[in-house]
Amino acid sequence: MMVDIYDFYDKMERNNIMLSFKGDVTSELLTSILQIMETKLDNMQEEPKTKKKVYNVLVECLQNLYHHMDDIPKMGVVNPETGENSRSAIFMIGKLDNQYNIITGNYIRTQNVEGLRTRLDEINKLSKEELKDYYKAVLNNGEISEKGGGGLGMIDIARKTGQKLNYHFMQIDEQHSFFSLNIKIAQ
Amino acid sequence: MERIVIEGTPKTPTINFDMSTGLLEIKGRSIPENSIEFYKPLVEHLERYAQKPLSETSVNIQLEYFNTSSSKCILDVFKKLETIAKGGSQIIINWYYEQDDEDMLEAGEDYQAIINVPFKMIEVND
Repeated sequence: MMVDIYDFYDKMERNNIMLSFKGDVTSELLTSILQIMETKLDNMQEEPKTKKKVYNVLVECLQNLYHHMDDIPKMGVVNPETGENSRSAIFMIGKLDNQYNIITGNYIRTQNVEGLRTRLDEINKLSKEELKDYYKAVLNNGEISEKGGGGLGMIDIARKTGQKLNYHFMQIDEQHSFFSLNIKIAQ
Repeated sequence: MERIVIEGTPKTPTINFDMSTGLLEIKGRSIPENSIEFYKPLVEHLERYAQKPLSETSVNIQLEYFNTSSSKCILDVFKKLETIAKGGSQIIINWYYEQDDEDMLEAGEDYQAIINVPFKMIEVND
């Protein structure tokens, strides 16, 4: 297979991508990505406030990917050569027009699409104050998942960015869909 | 009396809980993927301390970052403190936040609204 690497380069350059990754999301990988991004944010001499917001949202986006992949271990496209399932996700972060963009993409089961869509739409309907109340209600509802999340991640992202969650679902086949999320953080 | 000390890492905070002085400190970053496991020893120590607390307990929380996975565990810690306060120990939770870090201040206010223990919001200039 020929890959037009210049095409990749050009698109990434035009979108001012600072870091991108495609593959299996592990805890070690997240540690490395966060370390690299922290250094980059320091070098860009961002205000501490901006740096913290970007870092916080980044943590939530990456950990969403991490937990999601855990929940659906046999998801993904079968590699024709090895016959193995690929548990790939994609992640990109860039800065364009004074705005940070964090883009993530991962497979989810098609049967879970509507549930997730409803949750995201509900979050998107809420005002700043309503988000604060909703966050507190979910925080205090006593439910705690095995991983300790408990459904706060998306609410937190919406709250910290002050923007709607921009998402998209693409159906791959009957069982699998691809979920993408594009988070913008204005300065 | 017992004391629990957990050294900080890039993803987990430094925890220092000295039951003989009634001082609990949590400092640094709390962004582990699985936070329940990380906070378990502290929660267990608080449960033991709750059986025979000192008349005063001070709590210093100085977090640079924390993820939503940690937020429920931190609430658990505060709920244990609430129980200890009901048991007669005077508690104050000092919530430190860096100047201009409105998100961290708001996070402290969220806990303050839920937990029935006095909070003191302390701004730190770096």
